[in-house]
Amino acid sequence: MAPHDLRRPFKRAAITDQQKRRELSLLRQAQNRREAQQQARCLASSILSLQSPVPESEPEQSDIELENASETEQESGALSKDLDVRRASKLRGPEARNWFARQLMLPEWMIDVPDRLSQDWYVFARPAGKRCFVVSSNGTTVSRQRNGSILHHFPSALPAGAKTRDGSGSAQSYCILDCIFHELDQTYYVIDIVCWNGYSLYDCTAEFRFYWLNSKLEESGACNPPSHYHKFRFTAVPVYNCDQSGLYAAYTGVMPYVKDGLLFYNKHAHYQTGNTPLVLVWKDEDCSQYVIDTDSKGEIPSQQQVVLELQDDRKLVTSDEPPVLFGCLDGDIIEKSGLHSGNLLRFAISDGGLSFVDGKLEKADLNYLGKANRARAFADTYSKVLFQFMVRHSPLKIDDLLASINSPDDQENNSSDIEMLLNAPSRVTTV
Amino acid sequence: MEVTQVLLNAQSIDGTVRKNAEESLKQFQEQNLPGFLLSLSGELANEEKPVETRKLAGLILKNALDAKEQPRKFELVQRWLSLDSNAKSQIKACLLKTLSSPVSDARSTASQVIAKVAGIELPQKQWPELIGSLLSNVHQLPAHAKQATLETLGYLCEEVSPDVIDQDQVNKILTAVVQGMSASERNTDVRLAATRALYNALGFAQANFSNDMERDYIMRVVCEATLSPEVRIRQAAFECLVSISSTYYEKLAPYIQDIFNITAKAVREDEEPVALQAIEFWSSICDEEIDILEEYGGDFTGDSDIPCFYFIKQALPALVPMLLEMLLKQEEDQDLDEGAWNIAMAGGTCLGLVARTVGDDIVPLVVPFIEENITKPDWRQREAATYAFGSILEGPSPEKLIPLVNAALTFMLSALNKDPNSHVKDTTAWTLGRIFEFLHGSAVDSPIFTQANCQQIVTVLLQSMKDTPNVAEKACGALYFLAQGYEEVGPSSPLTPFFQEIVQSLLTVTHREDAGESRLRTAAYETLNEVVRCSTDETAPLVLQLVPVIMMELHNTLEGQKLSSDEREKQSELQGLLCGCLQVIIQKLGSSEPTKYVFMRYADQIMGLFLRVFACRSATVHEEAMLAIGALAYATGPDFAKYMPEFYRYLEMGLQNFEEYQVCAVTVGVVGDISRALEEKIVPYCDGIMTQLLKNLSSNQLHRSVKPPIFSCFGDIALAVGEYFEKYLMWAMSALQRAAELSTHAAGDDELTEYRNSLRNGILEAYSGIFQGFKNSPKTHLLIPYAPHVLQFLDGIYVEKDMDDVVMKTAIGVLGDLADTLGSPAATLIQQSLSSKDFLNECLSSEDHMIKESAEWAKLAISRAISV
Repeated sequence: MAPHDLRRPFKRAAITDQQKRRELSLLRQAQNRREAQQQARCLASSILSLQSPVPESEPEQSDIELENASETEQESGALSKDLDVRRASKLRGPEARNWFARQLMLPEWMIDVPDRLSQDWYVFARPAGKRCFVVSSNGTTVSRQRNGSILHHFPSALPAGAKTRDGSGSAQSYCILDCIFHELDQTYYVIDIVCWNGYSLYDCTAEFRFYWLNSKLEESGACNPPSHYHKFRFTAVPVYNCDQSGLYAAYTGVMPYVKDGLLFYNKHAHYQTGNTPLVLVWKDEDCSQYVIDTDSKGEIPSQQQVVLELQDDRKLVTSDEPPVLFGCLDGDIIEKSGLHSGNLLRFAISDGGLSFVDGKLEKADLNYLGKANRARAFADTYSKVLFQFMVRHSPLKIDDLLASINSPDDQENNSSDIEMLLNAPSRVTTV
Repeated sequence: MEVTQVLLNAQSIDGTVRKNAEESLKQFQEQNLPGFLLSLSGELANEEKPVETRKLAGLILKNALDAKEQPRKFELVQRWLSLDSNAKSQIKACLLKTLSSPVSDARSTASQVIAKVAGIELPQKQWPELIGSLLSNVHQLPAHAKQATLETLGYLCEEVSPDVIDQDQVNKILTAVVQGMSASERNTDVRLAATRALYNALGFAQANFSNDMERDYIMRVVCEATLSPEVRIRQAAFECLVSISSTYYEKLAPYIQDIFNITAKAVREDEEPVALQAIEFWSSICDEEIDILEEYGGDFTGDSDIPCFYFIKQALPALVPMLLEMLLKQEEDQDLDEGAWNIAMAGGTCLGLVARTVGDDIVPLVVPFIEENITKPDWRQREAATYAFGSILEGPSPEKLIPLVNAALTFMLSALNKDPNSHVKDTTAWTLGRIFEFLHGSAVDSPIFTQANCQQIVTVLLQSMKDTPNVAEKACGALYFLAQGYEEVGPSSPLTPFFQEIVQSLLTVTHREDAGESRLRTAAYETLNEVVRCSTDETAPLVLQLVPVIMMELHNTLEGQKLSSDEREKQSELQGLLCGCLQVIIQKLGSSEPTKYVFMRYADQIMGLFLRVFACRSATVHEEAMLAIGALAYATGPDFAKYMPEFYRYLEMGLQNFEEYQVCAVTVGVVGDISRALEEKIVPYCDGIMTQLLKNLSSNQLHRSVKPPIFSCFGDIALAVGEYFEKYLMWAMSALQRAAELSTHAAGDDELTEYRNSLRNGILEAYSGIFQGFKNSPKTHLLIPYAPHVLQFLDGIYVEKDMDDVVMKTAIGVLGDLADTLGSPAATLIQQSLSSKDFLNECLSSEDHMIKESAEWAKLAISRAISV
């Protein structure tokens, strides 16, 4: 038996660089795998949270989507061509587009005043700008517009939003914020929060989400002025209880941003993707430059225009769930123009206007104009058509809103709401 | 068959004769194995035969019983066990008989073969008389047979695991061995064989070391043997002490003072092989105490198996001066000899371990030595002082060390360039590297490097890179750690102003004529990699400029034609370094959008180069190129599809490389990268990949560590291709089920538990990927039949209670994925499972963020599945 070798490593590092490279590769792969899983799960929770399936739209139609006439986003389609959709959130092509198109909670237009406005609702002034989803994950932050196209790709102080020295940019966490990007001061105004640091807030009430948003956003440093690791400032919009003073503050108060109408959030509503009557938008000339829809040239057409979807049986419907029927299209036009079901079509509302029976649409005097802009993904919603119609004929005024708050059945105890907003109500324990 | 002549021919200098002989031996073995083995054992036992044929016969016999590779070994064992028992008895008789042969080579060979047979048979409860018959003779035999018998016992203890031999026999073996070792044994060879046998038998002596009297006796005999007049016995005795120091650390307290005296004398006075073992004893004690202190934070806690006896701390005042003395015994040019190991090196290494064991306490004992010697005219003194300084930089607190470093830094920097002795420069560069490694970086509060001295440090290191290869290599190493210290520095690194110069200098080093010596070229590329890894956005444009430079270097390696095997090996090594460098660059530039965008214009060319690197070899793929391609696939995304037609065959080749299982493992990882990059576009290659992966799983020749990643890879593929995975579902699921059953079987040692957890994690990641992949497809019902098994697997893992955090997180995620994809049809099953109740609740209240997150997800998915 030979003596045993007892040499120890001398003046040598214990680990070789090759081994280090191998280990770093494995680490990266494990991280990528985790992200892929995470995304699959995220996709799941959002798809599952839809109340009912939404009709598929042609992918090429969703490149550009006009949420409403106030947003001029025509240029954004080009961006999405270059920057690959996977990068931010690792979803697959058409899935990603569909996903983003369906992720935002979309307000209905306020066509009548909801009950218990002062007790159950918040109000705030909507910043003018591009509505987008801001996703921070894996050390980077991406903002995407409703159509899935990327607005910015940048480092931010949001959790996992930048590659920083403390390693918080790891793949374990991510955030999803619902924002409006305000060009003038290059600020993301956060209007809602969907996920924070890996915690899903989909199933939380607006009350809790706003509380969470206010405390966490400030804490993260995302509200700080821009810096190398934090390219854009984030700011939470001031949210008021929708009592008289709150509504008045939102309507007339000086905000750091240009206003584009008021948004009303039902306090008990979960974050529900797609159109919801639990979030409402309302505008008048005093709080928005864009009350009446404009055409693609930015001019107000003499007649109100609507976009409706053609169905199999020639029916013309809105994008609501369930769809609202506006009429039927003449078979001749369908044949002549080579239309088929699923097409989005543009109509003018002629002099006959809209007529209602028992609060329901009975008849619409429609005049076919042609196919909608290729970029449109959805038909108009019923509430939007109606709001636009009312704006042109008998608008819902701020006084009507104030009056409803002051009505006798709406006056009982609204004093403790501000406290509730600041202190997480104890019954909210979903996180 | 006349085996003697064939065995002689097999050692002929004539190649043809040798080849023929080997061929006929092989035929003999294949046609008649028992006859073959019998004639070999007969040859070995036959005193008439020449010693060379007897030795070779024994060697072939040994190789017919054991092999390094596990599958081959298993096969040989089975073959021996199924052999005719008569033949086996005859063979064994021949072997035992040979132990008393007057020819020492024959005896020694027989000892080893007997041990191999014992290694196979004793665990099967066969050959029960072996130990008895060995022991019965030991006292009556002539000295040479006694020596061979003790040697056999030693080999036997090396081959057989202690639980196979009952305590009674263990006692007898130890008694025979220790008696053979004692001073009363006059025959040197016998005593040496006994001492060496004890080294192997120590593992069997648990019970004996727990008995005070027996332990005292063994320790006394070992210590006495360290004083034997025969140097080989002294060396073997110290080897026993080293082994005892790690195996029976907790029993050493009564003897440690004596051992210190013995070792100190040996270190100072004995011949080098003995002195080295004596130092190793203390290094080994340090290893033990470092482990204990690390694990238990130095406290006598309730769950501490072995308390720390602080032997090193107690010995410190005497131990440190002794080690410092040894530092002065350097050999000329030891830095040029890769294999060198001498008393100065061992002493310095031990000093470093002592520093790690005791921390601050060592500093006042070493500082005077440094101060006294570092400016002396004799290079040995300067080198020893520097080496002592470098050795104590790991262990003591930064507060203690930083004042020293600040006082010494200017001197060291000047010595690095100006000391006339290369050995001193080598050690100085190494010491600077240690300073950067342990006292520089975001974890250290008061920085040693300031705006003021940064320039000087960089200049001195770059200058030193022009020194002799061994010094330049250490300078590269120092720069490596200097860069690493700025890894998390933020947007602006103090190295930025020097980035270009550093990179240029490193590239110059790689082109030195003598860069092949002292690992210099490798060190230069490794340092370049670290400099790139730790670079900031400011220098991204410079990293981008490096891309075509490294590509050109790689291109140049492809030019050579008709290389000799030596040149081919060098080419392959250089390609490895360059592919490694490109991998690091790709990962760096790919991690931020703007740089990735610019980098991608090189993607086609880089991929072309990697493919040509692959083409340089016929049978194997280049591991480094494969790793780099994984990084490239990740950066490229779906566009990687265009490279697949050409790349695919190398991917397949990598997956088939069982022999170099690292290559296979790396390739499996790359399949994952490619799946995520290509998504559905990987479908055309799935048949081939899945077939190969399933084959790999069923092979017992593939190293087991590759199997868990293969399962994870199933998940990657399933997630990428979605319902298309249906084609492989049945196969994948049955492989997963089989592995799942294996992974729940019975406990084992820590290593086995760790493997089981990695296997479980792989299986779970596969399930996760498959469930998520099928989600929202019309084919989710295909998964329903597998749900009971998956849930059972989860419950099983929970019940067994030995999962680690990673498994816990993945497992609870799978529960969510199952609920998410299968929805209400699985609701009842889910509700019945333990996982959805106790396991989920435990995860929900976990401290671990990742576990909690997965659990929240599972809770959400389950509540939906149940409510629908």
